[in-house]
Amino acid sequence: MRIALFASCLADTMFPAAAKATVLLLERLGHEVVFPPEQTCCGQMHVNTGYQDQALPLVRRYVRTFEPCDVVVAPSGSCVGSIRHQHAMVARQAGDEGLATAAEAVAERTFELSELLIDVLKVEDVGAYYPHRVTYHPTCHSLRVLRVGDRPQRLLRQVRGLDLVELPAAEQCCGFGGTFSVKNADTSTAMLADKMRHVIDTGAEVCTAGDASCLMHIGGGLSRSGAGVRTVHLAEILASTEASS
Amino acid sequence: MSTFLGMPVHAPRGVGHLRGDEPFPAAARTALANPQLRSNLRHATTTIRGKSGRVIAELPDWQELRSAGSALKTYTMANMPRLLEQLEEKVTAAGGVVHWAADAEEANRIVTGLIQETGERRAIKIKSMATQEIGLNEALEEAGIEAVETDLAELIVQLGRDKPSHILVPAIHRNRAEIREIFLREMPGVDPALTDDPAELAGAARRYLRETFLSTKVAVSGANFGVAETGTLAVVESEGNGRMCLTLPETLITVMGIEKVVPAWQDLEVFLQLLPRASTGERMNPYTSMWTGVTPGDGPQNFHLVLLDNGRTAVLADEVGRAALHCIRCSACLNVCPVYERTGGHAYGSVYPGPIGAVLSPQLTGIADNASLPYASSLCGACFDACPVKIDIPSILVHLRNQAPHPRTEKAAMAAAAYTMDRPRLYQRAQRAAKLAELLGRKGRALPPPLNGWSASRDLPEVPDESFRDWWRGR
Ligand code: SF4
Repeated sequence: MRIALFASCLADTMFPAAAKATVLLLERLGHEVVFPPEQTCCGQMHVNTGYQDQALPLVRRYVRTFEPCDVVVAPSGSCVGSIRHQHAMVARQAGDEGLATAAEAVAERTFELSELLIDVLKVEDVGAYYPHRVTYHPTCHSLRVLRVGDRPQRLLRQVRGLDLVELPAAEQCCGFGGTFSVKNADTSTAMLADKMRHVIDTGAEVCTAGDASCLMHIGGGLSRSGAGVRTVHLAEILASTEASS
Repeated sequence: MSTFLGMPVHAPRGVGHLRGDEPFPAAARTALANPQLRSNLRHATTTIRGKSGRVIAELPDWQELRSAGSALKTYTMANMPRLLEQLEEKVTAAGGVVHWAADAEEANRIVTGLIQETGERRAIKIKSMATQEIGLNEALEEAGIEAVETDLAELIVQLGRDKPSHILVPAIHRNRAEIREIFLREMPGVDPALTDDPAELAGAARRYLRETFLSTKVAVSGANFGVAETGTLAVVESEGNGRMCLTLPETLITVMGIEKVVPAWQDLEVFLQLLPRASTGERMNPYTSMWTGVTPGDGPQNFHLVLLDNGRTAVLADEVGRAALHCIRCSACLNVCPVYERTGGHAYGSVYPGPIGAVLSPQLTGIADNASLPYASSLCGACFDACPVKIDIPSILVHLRNQAPHPRTEKAAMAAAAYTMDRPRLYQRAQRAAKLAELLGRKGRALPPPLNGWSASRDLPEVPDESFRDWWRGR
């Protein structure tokens, strides 16, 4: 299958490893990956901070860029959530019904990584090898906007060598929330403190998730506190093989 | 009163206890610094969440019930004028008197006047969000009328000269040691040997309240529902103190927000299943009192219904925001909210705290007066999942953020970001320049405000040597 990658501006700029891993994983599974270079950002930060006008060109850019593609994947539950639940709304708010309809059509073909693997490519065992103790944080937008359910865990359970340990109070938000982490830094930090405590309590070496943004937040806190737990994107774990490790 | 742009002059803005003294982030900082509060809240919300989750799981048709509740509320909002007039007609026919209050001040004037007409100097009160919202107790006090709260938690708040911090459990921020101190200090005739045993505390309140019930001739209540079809009002509570107030006095005055009207008697079937399970985690509500006007020889012989707008008509005018009026005040969204669990209710400034407060208060007052509230959420969506009438609170928050006044520097930064993001070549140059931004200090530790809010507690990842797109191009 020919799959277009939407890297997301955050992974593209700050966490290229997650986007690279998505490419390598899909290629290993026998698919062709394309990267339309006109892509930038889905506009979520603008929408969620109250700047829908400014998000409009970004929505238009996303839709035009990926309109010709049959299937789009993004290694970010939160960006896919925005694409699916906000793009058409932003277009309608601006009175552009044509764009709204097009956005809905592209959104239907856009998948978060675990959705793509399980629902579209019908694969649970991706042939990965990752000999570490890992805990999975179900990010809010994957969980409650996309409803990915246990897809990521199903994928992780098939990874050879991986010891998956359950995260207590897993479904509570880590406190990132985009610009919330800056505008309400104290509350965000209080939420993060509890999330870190739960992560550390599992005894895992690695905390994984399907969103680079939440991982940046959790990882930033863990790094600051010197907890000795790393954050690694789900795609990187699934891309790991005996040869690469 | 000011008129909002584009809003009809007859849609008044909400006044009363809907605004805080400081923006949410500042108020939250104070609350977060209080370990006792954090522990009280964590304990209380975890307990209610667990209990409610268990009884909800028993119902195979919970999702269908939620959809039914949502549909009934949508219908009600679309037919509000007709339903309110029908309610007025039915209540009047049953011997009640209906009053219309445009805002909190008018409602307070009406209630004060009605009590003054009876010649009484004291009124007993049933826990009610509407009367908290309008600041009725303070208005009555100014007129020389004593208002006695009879809900246990509300009484604790009143005696402690405190503010409620939760819709259902207004004293959730207090533990029993603190409650004992308040009773010893403030409760007339209290036994000085009172301990902090919950049964003893309840006993002390009971003794104090019983005498008040028997000797007070006027009661003021709110209403959970007002049935247009029959003119029946309903109050839902767990202690029975509400029922005392509804049956013993000679005069009953009910203040009801206009959005509490429901079309038909049968609709209560849906709401009375949703409300107790979502709020207190009970299968059936303990005390559900319903009355229709006046029944000769039984209960209060004078009944007044005050229909309160106080900003609601303005909310109704907003297609997206109006869903906030669907709220049945169950508090489920507070109990699951990770922000509320850490900051508590006072940080929200308004009598409506938590996720519902973050969307309702700014709409009632106009967004400019509560501009920080729509941002008091990480948009995690737990509230939407918990809400028994399926209010999509995160979408309303985003909608309100789009109307909020923005700080000038943020506006400029957002415009620059959008401009760059819409130009892939410029965006690529910016990515390469990001490496330079590490001049701002290793791991972001020297970021300028407001970004230092991030670096106070979190490291920034190192900017990679190569962006993904550079890697892709070089493959
Ligand atoms: S918004 Fe929904 S969950 Fe929150 S108090 Fe109202 S009805 Fe309950």
